[in-house]
Amino acid sequence: MSLWRQVARGLRVLTHRRAADQDLADEVTDFLEQLIAAHTARGLSPADARRAATLELGNTTVVREQVRSYGWENAIGTLAADLRFAARRLRSNPGFTIVAVLTLALGLGAVTAIFSAVNPILFEPLPYPHAARILMISDFGTDGAPVDVTYGTYRELAARSRSFSAMAAVDAWQPALLGTAEPERLTGQRVTAAWFRVLGVPPALGRDFDAADDLPHGPRVAIVSDGLARRRFGDAHAAMGRQITLDGDPYTVIGVMPRGFENVLTPSTEVWAPRQYGSNASFDGPEWGHHMRLVGRLAPGVTADQARHELQALARTPVPEFPRPVWANLAQGLIVHALQDDVTAAVKPALVASLIAVLLVLAIACVNVTNLLLARGAQRRGEFAMRAALGAGRRRLISQLLTESLLLAALGGLLGLGVADLGVRALVVLSPPGLPRVNAIRLDATVFLFALGMTALVGLVVGIVPALGASRGDLHAGLQQTSQRTTGGHRLTRNALVVAEVALALVLLVSAGLLLRSLEHLFAVAPGFDPSHVISMQVEAAGHQYDNDSTRYQFFAQALDAVQHLPGVTAAAFTSQLPLSGDFDKYGVQFESAPSDDPNADYGAFRYMVTPGYFAAMHIPLRRGRLLTDFDRSGATEAVLINESFARRRFPGQDPIGQRVRMGPESGPAGHPWDIIVGVVGDVKQASLAIGDENDFYVASGQWAWVDNVQSLVVRTRGSATALIPAIKQAIWSVDRSSPIVRVATLDAVVAATATQRRFALTLFEAFALAALALAAIGIYGVLAGGVTERMREIGVRSALGASRGDILALIVRQGMTLAAIGVVIGLGGAVLSTRGLATLLFGISRLDPITYLGVIGLLLGVAALACWIPARRAAAVDPIITLRAE
Amino acid sequence: MEEPNTDVIQGTLDLLILKTLSLEPMHGYGIARRVEQISRGVFRINAGSLLTALQRLERAGWLNAEWRRTENARRARYYSLTRAGRKQLELESADWKRRASAVARLLNAEG
Repeated sequence: MSLWRQVARGLRVLTHRRAADQDLADEVTDFLEQLIAAHTARGLSPADARRAATLELGNTTVVREQVRSYGWENAIGTLAADLRFAARRLRSNPGFTIVAVLTLALGLGAVTAIFSAVNPILFEPLPYPHAARILMISDFGTDGAPVDVTYGTYRELAARSRSFSAMAAVDAWQPALLGTAEPERLTGQRVTAAWFRVLGVPPALGRDFDAADDLPHGPRVAIVSDGLARRRFGDAHAAMGRQITLDGDPYTVIGVMPRGFENVLTPSTEVWAPRQYGSNASFDGPEWGHHMRLVGRLAPGVTADQARHELQALARTPVPEFPRPVWANLAQGLIVHALQDDVTAAVKPALVASLIAVLLVLAIACVNVTNLLLARGAQRRGEFAMRAALGAGRRRLISQLLTESLLLAALGGLLGLGVADLGVRALVVLSPPGLPRVNAIRLDATVFLFALGMTALVGLVVGIVPALGASRGDLHAGLQQTSQRTTGGHRLTRNALVVAEVALALVLLVSAGLLLRSLEHLFAVAPGFDPSHVISMQVEAAGHQYDNDSTRYQFFAQALDAVQHLPGVTAAAFTSQLPLSGDFDKYGVQFESAPSDDPNADYGAFRYMVTPGYFAAMHIPLRRGRLLTDFDRSGATEAVLINESFARRRFPGQDPIGQRVRMGPESGPAGHPWDIIVGVVGDVKQASLAIGDENDFYVASGQWAWVDNVQSLVVRTRGSATALIPAIKQAIWSVDRSSPIVRVATLDAVVAATATQRRFALTLFEAFALAALALAAIGIYGVLAGGVTERMREIGVRSALGASRGDILALIVRQGMTLAAIGVVIGLGGAVLSTRGLATLLFGISRLDPITYLGVIGLLLGVAALACWIPARRAAAVDPIITLRAE
Repeated sequence: MEEPNTDVIQGTLDLLILKTLSLEPMHGYGIARRVEQISRGVFRINAGSLLTALQRLERAGWLNAEWRRTENARRARYYSLTRAGRKQLELESADWKRRASAVARLLNAEG
């Protein structure tokens, strides 16, 4: 009742101001008339009665004002008046307003954009119900790092563990989608039945997988993404029950996922099918390869720690029903993470570093605006003193000034949203391919709230120091002041702010410099092949006609032949894996001369099953022996090449040529005939430019235990590599129209893509550092220029007393450079501490790299000197006669 | 010689208004006059404070206000106690009596 009245009465006053005022006036008049009547009744003459009544009541205007100041609507009225006044002040000084608003817009916009990218990855839970209860379980690799588990481990844990309401293993799958205009290769996942129950998101249409789908030789069923359903069938409903041909097999679509469903482990996934592995497989089957990712959803009431303890206990206690091979014996236990941590771990350092960097930029922007406000406050001392003299309290002055700075921040924030919108678009374009949850990067309600909060905070931060400073101070001195001189205290604050600005800018510049130098170092690393003028693409022999090795071999041989005959092609070859492309195909290597029983030694080597022309196409140099030839085919003695680091490691001081080895499936007790090392070739970077030389071996494609159905084609061209892409595709399709061709890229692009995360971080840091540098320069300039204006008279006196132009120049420049130097010293300390956060992004240099630090200091001081020079010249040009006369 | 203090005791203005209005609806001047008369001139209510307090009490839901025409055709605002106002009056007067008697006891004990 009373709250309702409060609101209703207040609103009435706000909306019907005049009527409300009239009511009040009537009531006061009535009061007065009653008083007069009472006095008249006591026998006074009408005139005396009126005088007495007026004396008793006091000024009716004061009475009305007193009553009017009551009520919440009144506070709004004051605020509106403050806002109007603030807007007038800002309009009256457009230069100041534009600079301040732009500065804040830049800072707020950048922070908002970065926050919108960081928020869904680092702060928001994954887009699943109770996402924090989804755990990822990994095995230990030989180096202690987490590796994927085997299907056997999944089966054992799913049967024995009681901590999870659902557990599922998922495997990458790239099926060829046939029967379309141009053959496609989809990104898919082979999953065990509970996968969507672990995520907690069932299909929007149709049914989920169930246990019967998951058995060996179970039904060929698939669940597709909303996007694939629309693309292939026009509509999600139309897809239900239809057949799609994947890798030559018909699959029935039994479900369609919801439209916005995010598959965080592999965001581009469009199709899911049951894994359908056998249950009592022998140890050499794919069931015991480390290629499954294992996730589980905690059962109600079970904590992550309880689940972790249970899993460790299970790992330690094998049972006879679930035999384990030595490579999956779980002797070291299991690694258990939240799924969120697993998804974000790789990008977290770069994102946190970017967030901190952008906050530094915002801090510099705030410092700049604070400085501007301080300078303005100094000019407005007279005004404040006048208002204080007219009865404005200190609180009232502060609230007025804060209204001004908040209005400034609000304008900046509004404009900043535009900046943020551009920034977000740029971020999505620039984002490295591994960045999780890219679709979730947008300006949503959370981001708006964040921007609003930041804006309010910035408004208060930039306003509070100038407001406190301006509202303090001696009334008399302020009123008497005619010339615009600041007090020493103010100058100290502003100098301190400039020092802070320079220090912050130095931190950002050092970070950007270190990243830049890292990237230079990284690209200075030779990849071991010559990427220029080479185009690469992944070709697949898809469909059941390629179920045996010889037809596959034939397809790739014919395709290669067709490509080699294209004009402009100088060399072409197929390889089972492409360097630096993300392929990671390793096998154990067993040496006859050094048969090792040490199970901990890592004899894994990258396997390249290549056609003989591979070395010519890639320009991989031969170091010893011979390369592969067309005679190294099925039936001939099996020839192997190894890389020089491998040779050095295994045969130090020995000639590896003629040594006998067995690799991967050939090794073991079966007693496959030994292969012979016929040559040594140069090292090639496979996993990353940043990782040192690994072990590689090369075999001819006819001589490996099988012929891969997916191979990468590399084509060296005479002119532009990209111009040949259509011709190469047509050449392959002339052999088989249904062969999907994907991952088409020049090798230059493949190499460049390996550094996308570093490049992404570098781009951001460069942008931030440049903004910081510009803002710091403006800050120094602003303070010095203001100082020169304020000290005009002093400078005039100095030159009247004989100071030369040079003396004056030196005076001002010294003042500015002292500030810059102090800032640099403080910033160095900050940089040494803060670059620790960048350590994982650096390559080839220390985070204390002296060249970077010296270069950055030189750059910063140079810019600072420039910023000092302009006001200093103005000071030196001061004519003593004019200045002194002006006083 | 100093003027006697006629300020209303802090916090009792609401009580005085509610009590006055419990007898009959009244306009602002009437309330001021009645308080002055009954207190025999001990309390005098300043018009601004009175009108502000009336507005506050009205918004709190303890008073109703209505405009009436006076005999000489001016608008006058009459205030009357609501049911909530009556309850509030009981509460406040009980509270006041309790405190006043406590003060009285203290003063007597001192004497």
